[in-house]
This record gives sequence, C-alpha cells and structure tokens, in this order.
Amino acid sequence: MGKTVFEKIWDQHVIVERDEGDVLLYIDRHLTHDLHFRAFHALKAKGLKLKEPRKLFGVPDHSVPTTAKTVDQIPEGEMREAVEGLASAADELGFIHYPMTDDRHGIVHVVGPEQGITLPGLTLVCGDSHTSTHGALGCISFGIGSTEVQHVMATQTLWQRKPNMMRINLTGELGFGVSGKDIVLAIIAEIGAAGGTGYAIEFAGNAIDALSMEGRMTLCNMSIEAGARSGIVAPDDKTIEYCAGRPFAPTGEDWDLAVDYWGTLCSDDDAKYNKEVTLDGDNIAPMVTWGNSPQWALPITESIPNPSDESDPLVRADMTAALDYMDLKPGMALSDIKVDTVFIGACTNSRIEDMRAAAKVAKGRRAAVRTLVVPGSGLVKKQAEAEGLDSIFLDAGMEWREPGCSMCVAMNGDMLAPGERSASTSNRNFRGRQGLGSRTHLVSPAMAAAAAVTGHFTDVRRLEQVT
Amino acid sequence: MTLLREEKLNPFTTFAAIAVPIDIANCDTDQIIPARFLRRPGNDPAYKNFLLHDLRFNEDGSEKDFVFNKEPFRQGRIFVTDVNWGCGSSRENAAHVLDKNGIRSVIAPSFGDIHFTNCVKNGILPIRLSSKDCETLRRQLRDNPGAEIALDLETQSVTGPDQARYSFEINAFDKHRLMKGLDEISLTMEFAEEISDFVEVYKKRFHWAELRA
Repeated sequence: MGKTVFEKIWDQHVIVERDEGDVLLYIDRHLTHDLHFRAFHALKAKGLKLKEPRKLFGVPDHSVPTTAKTVDQIPEGEMREAVEGLASAADELGFIHYPMTDDRHGIVHVVGPEQGITLPGLTLVCGDSHTSTHGALGCISFGIGSTEVQHVMATQTLWQRKPNMMRINLTGELGFGVSGKDIVLAIIAEIGAAGGTGYAIEFAGNAIDALSMEGRMTLCNMSIEAGARSGIVAPDDKTIEYCAGRPFAPTGEDWDLAVDYWGTLCSDDDAKYNKEVTLDGDNIAPMVTWGNSPQWALPITESIPNPSDESDPLVRADMTAALDYMDLKPGMALSDIKVDTVFIGACTNSRIEDMRAAAKVAKGRRAAVRTLVVPGSGLVKKQAEAEGLDSIFLDAGMEWREPGCSMCVAMNGDMLAPGERSASTSNRNFRGRQGLGSRTHLVSPAMAAAAAVTGHFTDVRRLEQVT
Repeated sequence: MTLLREEKLNPFTTFAAIAVPIDIANCDTDQIIPARFLRRPGNDPAYKNFLLHDLRFNEDGSEKDFVFNKEPFRQGRIFVTDVNWGCGSSRENAAHVLDKNGIRSVIAPSFGDIHFTNCVKNGILPIRLSSKDCETLRRQLRDNPGAEIALDLETQSVTGPDQARYSFEINAFDKHRLMKGLDEISLTMEFAEEISDFVEVYKKRFHWAELRA
C-alpha cells in the first residue's frame, strides 16, 4: 500500500514499536525559547545531560520587549529573568543560542527555517504549539509539553502514536488580495477548530503548489488552530530552492544526497487518508474572524451571523457568548467594525513576504489607529530595511519594532487595554489573548494594513483597486 | 514549562469525587491558565487561583459568578465539559494548574491533542465520552450540585450521579502510564541499546541530516 509523505518520514524515524502503535521516534531537531528555562534546571536536578546538544537551538522570543535591543534594556523582573535563564542554560549545556543582539535572533518558528535548521525529511519538535509551522518545508514538526521537552533533551527521542492522515486539497487559483492566511482561516471555518484533532494535515493541490514558502508556513502554522498538531506540504523545487545555501543546510555531496532523498518525499497515488477535504481556491476571499475561536471566520464581504439561525443549542450559546465578549451585534457588516490597534507580526505572519504585503497597502497612506509592525527576526528586519519597507511604515505613522512574539501572546509588554479591539495577523483570537479583556480579529497582513489605514475592516481588494 | 512535581506521579486506579459542569466549548489553554501567569514559579501560593482565572475573577480580584467558585462545586475534583477542551497553546502549566487544584480527571467529547498528552503525563485522566453523554452528565451535575462521579481506569468506566455507567476508550500505553505513574525517561533508557543501534544506522543513511556547521 502506498504511503503519505508524512508516513514516509515517520517510518524512517521509528526506533521501536509497542502494542497499539506507540513508537519511540527519533527527533532530528529540537528548538526552544525563553519559557522553558525551568525545564533545563529540572534536567540538571535529575542529573541528566543533553543527549545531542548540537541538535538543540534556543532563541528568546515570548518575553522579549520589542522596544529593547539588548537584555540590559529589559526592566528587571520576570521577562528579563526568562531571557537570561535561556542564555545561561545555553552556556551551561552547550547548545546554540541566538541572543537579542544577534541578527539571527527572532521568533523560533521564523528562525528555524531561516537558518536551515528546519529541512525536509526531518522530525522537529519545540515546546510550542505553533511548531506545526515547520511542516511547510516538508518535515514532521509538532508542539510538545514541558515533560516531553525534558524527554527529548535527555534522550533525543519521544514516545508518539502516528496521527490519522488528512489531506486538504486546494484546487484552483487564489484571487488578487488573497493569501495563505485567508486559505487557512477558510479551512478552519470549514472543518472547525477541532476538525483536525488527532490528524496530521497534508496540504496539497494547485493553490498550494503556487503558494510561496512564506505562505505555506502561514498555512502550516495554523494547522494547530484546526486541532492538528502537524501540518505538512510535500517538498518541491520551491522548497529545495528555499533551503539551498542556508547556514545549517547540507553542502557538497551531502546536499546532493539530501536533494535526491527529498525527491522521494511525495505522497503515493495509492496513499490512504482517513479524511479528505477539498476547497476551491478561486472562491476564497480575504477573511476576518469575529468570535473567540479561529473557526468563527468569514469573508470580509459578510456580516456578523445571528446565533438564532443556529440549530445546535450549545453552538448557539457559544456564539452568543462570543458576540457578547466581542461587543458585536448580529447583522453588522464586518467592514463596519472599527479597530483600535493593528498588530502585524507573530510566527504566523512576520516574514519578508508578509512585511511586503503590508507595506504595499501602507505605502502613501496614513495609519488611522495605533499600528505595530514587528518583523519575525533580525534578518527579516534587515531585509525589510534594505527594501525601504521600514520607511513606508514609519511614513504611514506606524511603529517599526524589534523582533519577537509581541502582541500575539502579550507576554512582553505589548498588549491591548481591556475592551480594546485589534486587527491582528497572529493566530489566536481567544479571550484575553492580547491582554485581559482584549478583542482580537484575525486577518492577513494586507487586511491588517487596510484596517490600519482606514480605521475599520476593509476589503483590501477595493483599496488596492483605487490606487 | 514549570516542573511542579519531581516525585513519582500518583498512580491512578479508581477515583470518586464531586464533579463540576463546565459548559464551555473550545475552552483553550489560555482560558485554563492565562499567559501572564506562565512565568510564575510553581510554588507561588497564588498558583491555584490561576485556574480559569479570568473566567473566575474580576480585575479587582473579586469573584465572578462562575460554577467553580461556588460551593459545593469548589470541592469538585472532576471536570465535565464540552468539545475541544484544552485546545490551543502547548503550555503544560494548564495541566499543572488542574493538578494544583486536585482535579484528577476531565471528561469531554474531545481534547486538544497536546493538552491531552500533558494531562496524562501529569497523572490527570482525560476521558472522551460522546457529546450527548457529556451533556447528560453536565445537566445532572447542574441539577444536583455536589453529585459525584466515579471513575475506574482498570475497567475503563465512568459511573454518573444516577449510577448510569459509561465505558471509555483509552490507549493501552496511556492507561499503563496512569496506573503505574511511571517515569518515562527511565522507561526510555531501558531501550538504550535499541536507540544507539538505530542512531548508528540513521546517521550513516542520513548523513546530510547531521549538523556540522
């Protein structure tokens, strides 16, 4: 029987198998950030060492203020302690760490692919649910908890069960103004926030083939918001071109061997999927979420739904509670919703292509509301500045910040005030995610910039036609 | 992130306790423990109150009208909830904070995959029952505050307040982990030879995947 790309990679990493399909899986890459420093202490307390220190990479991202360039500029307290804790663990245990002063510093899920740490065919884990991002390069990647983090540190392995296989086929062609973010929001709206639970999602089809690597990373990043720990896109020429020449990518003969192997990493025609979903890329419009789960997403041309139209009483109650929290009324046009703050960044949308998409809309316009633009890494920041994107944002009255997770998780001082409403390129619109009482609407970078310059949600396709 | 317990986990066999109906769908781990508490030390005396904090407390610290704030539900040690409990962030603190409150089991139609695993690793039994059964149990708990639910992991059964029995599925390895409270790193170390044999072959075959930079 044929295999999916996920199964091909999985099978190469199985060390032992127990009853009921529990396997001990070999882990090629382990990434870490500033919220795991206590796991290092625990490891030490148990008298354990890193099994393969070279395969662990750390970067502080959650606790990094986007106004600080060095650790010294972080005020004394929890944030600084977390950033310093990671640095001292890296020194002590001997793994590579990119401090804030290093251009390679940034959000862990931006840094991995950027440095060639993430490569097709590998298994990669990190104590962060958005580790699904890396699957865009054709590898198995998933988020783990802190007990599993310690297990990987000590053994370079993990006990896992193979997830069910789901394929999402994106046919057709994306329209103007439609991005990877809109695709993934449309998918989650279709299958639900638990639609992918227990599955690894493979994204395939014309619209995925045509998508840039950055777009694929956005897509895989939010697999977890559909419930799937892993998303994957089979590697193709675009993937190989993206990996070539990156600092940790193989070179010479090893590169040739790798490329040969990557060529075999496609799903067989007779591979079996437990579930298949097909969406037509032609029909996807720029999306906006309105509730407190990413599944509550609609095209910008729509209005807030009426819970009374919903037959399931539990769903109806959930919708009503969300509208109450979000301070929205049924029937209100999405384009009539005013925003207080715009956030462009996060591991979902902080790569160079995202910066370009936002800058294209911001160019020659003025932000009507507070807008934070936070590049995903020092290298993205540098590239954006080389292209003059920073000047476009600054001229538009937007803030151009230092890299980090920032207002996606609001653990670094960047947050909304209670009751404030954002247009955000991040991945979660949960209650309080961007600060206590915050109201988050998820959108693409172009849609975020359109909301910034108009002060309300605006169909970027109209805005762009005007210019 | 924070390791709250170094000791062996409490082995799980049978358990009966007051159960709490949590009528929230898609209750993400940001609700279970908000991100602003993630850097707090595990021995923070306030840690217990971080559980479902923003659903339970106002900004001034006063209590909201929330089921887990009320007697006798406050004494509850089992949660019964709706779909997709613990979706979202991988923060294991969500399992730690349940544990800090003595919650030994969560019954739901579905769980976030990462949170499910984190629960098992912290000796908390996640039980999947159908939406309909969860709804029935929640209704009974609302109607009879303080009613108990009994769990038997060995026979994989739940007994509701009305003595109705429900059976549940659980993976054999997870069951073993919960019943024995085993330390997984030690278990894996027993496969040291298999691991080193594997790695030797793997590194030859996938030489390109080794990091030399």
